[in-house]
Amino acid sequence: MVKSSLQTNGIHGDRSTPTEFLVIENLTKSYRNPDGSEFVVLDNISLTVQENEFVSLIGHSGCGKSTLLKMVAGLERPTSGLLTLEGKAIRKPGAERMMVFQHYSLLPWLTVRENIRLAVDEVLDRASHAEKSQIVNEHLAMVNLTAAANKYPDEISGGMKQRVGIARALAIRPKMLLMDEPFGALDALTRGKLQREVLNIWEANRQAVMMVTHDVDEALYMSDRIVMLTNGPHAQIGEILEVPFPHPRDRATLREDPLYYELRNHVLNFLDQHFGD
Amino acid sequence: MPMMNLAAVFAAIAQASWNRTKLFMVRDTVVLPALGFLGILLLWWGVALLRRDLMPTPWEALLSNLDFILHPFYQRGPGDLGVGWLLLASLRRVLIGFGLGAIVAIPIGFLVGMSRPMMLALNPVIQIFKPVSPLAWLPIALAIFNLADPSAIFVIFVTSLWPTIINTALGVSSVSQDYIDVARVLEMPKWRQVIKIILPASLPYIFTGLRISLGIAWLVIVAVEMLTGGIGIGFFVWDEWSRLNLSSVFLAVFIIGITGLLLDFAMGQLQAWVTHRRPVNS
Repeated sequence: MVKSSLQTNGIHGDRSTPTEFLVIENLTKSYRNPDGSEFVVLDNISLTVQENEFVSLIGHSGCGKSTLLKMVAGLERPTSGLLTLEGKAIRKPGAERMMVFQHYSLLPWLTVRENIRLAVDEVLDRASHAEKSQIVNEHLAMVNLTAAANKYPDEISGGMKQRVGIARALAIRPKMLLMDEPFGALDALTRGKLQREVLNIWEANRQAVMMVTHDVDEALYMSDRIVMLTNGPHAQIGEILEVPFPHPRDRATLREDPLYYELRNHVLNFLDQHFGD
Repeated sequence: MPMMNLAAVFAAIAQASWNRTKLFMVRDTVVLPALGFLGILLLWWGVALLRRDLMPTPWEALLSNLDFILHPFYQRGPGDLGVGWLLLASLRRVLIGFGLGAIVAIPIGFLVGMSRPMMLALNPVIQIFKPVSPLAWLPIALAIFNLADPSAIFVIFVTSLWPTIINTALGVSSVSQDYIDVARVLEMPKWRQVIKIILPASLPYIFTGLRISLGIAWLVIVAVEMLTGGIGIGFFVWDEWSRLNLSSVFLAVFIIGITGLLLDFAMGQLQAWVTHRRPVNS
């Protein structure tokens, strides 16, 4: 159950090929309206994510991108279609697919340290007391929160809260990280700084990441592929854009690259084109 | 030099404004509350002076109560005890009944808050019993126990149930889905979710229920003791009235009021201690 988030290429290749880590096949999600008719949110989504790939889902609000992420997390069930991680069907939530929540979801009665410790206690239950403490301390240091370890969530800023959320997610060493608009509630300066920090951590320790966002620059800066969803209802994958910039990335260098603007305009055009239809 | 003068002026202003704040603080915490009590005393005094036969003046009441006030814990034979003892006897009944009520009500509140069938089964029962005056349970309790003391405790027990059940259920059912999602993603078993997530998240609601319960229990015990007799502050009120000793009734009213206030304060302190911090609205 516990597995290093470091690369483990080629160890598991039983059913799918090693690179096909997360597989989404013909996924449809619909709700039943009160009048009995069907409201289709996501229609026939197919996507694969490789095991060290950073993928962003982008689309207008209400297009179902968060719903898609929640189904990968197992928090919601698809109406039809198949979801597999390393060949095993996803049927319920699991710590191997840890979430970073948009509104942090820290437990307000626990300190920063206790919030991370709760996750570690729950998931790495076979580790010794000393090992657990060490993991918590490492991850506190990783997100620069050692000084605030004993503060309560309502005593720290939004950026710090999301650092806790990220540290909590990484501390349990998930195989895949799911982020639901992780920087959406932060001010622009904090957002940029935290994007840099998360990208640093990811570049040092690559793993599968799926991030929901509505920020084109964030998607281009951080991800390897951008999955663009059309508007709901009946949202589908409109297009998948490869982001060819090599890691580690530098925002300043990206801004000087004409290709960056070409891609940016491409995504913006897609979003404009699908606005209000 | 002008700088010095300026500094001195600022210092003087700061000093003056600090004195003003201090004055406001004294006014808000001491003067105005004292004025409220003074008003009540004057009203009492006025009524007592207009109708001498009706009630003693505050001063007369104080003088005739001096023995009770100065010797709250005297024991002058069976049944002749100081008000301190009576108060302790009433507090004992309330705390036992309230404690038993909390032990039963909090788990029931969890069941009602977490399970829809439980809610549908128990909600009508709670809604019907909640508006019943707890005193209506007294004859039933007397029939069961045949003794005054357990019956009084039983009535307090019933009194304590409803607000605690309702508030616990409300707290449990309104735990943020975000917290539950965290627990689910961490694959936390249901029973551990109850202990580690739902219980701490709903503690503020549970304590609200407990505080309301304790407040009502303290209201009810006086009435119960009037009916059951025996040792207690409620029977003291009834007994002194039977002896036409209204001064002591006034004393009892103040004692009951102050004790109720202290109980609520103690409950608030317990809440702050258990939850470690003030309830947050996020």
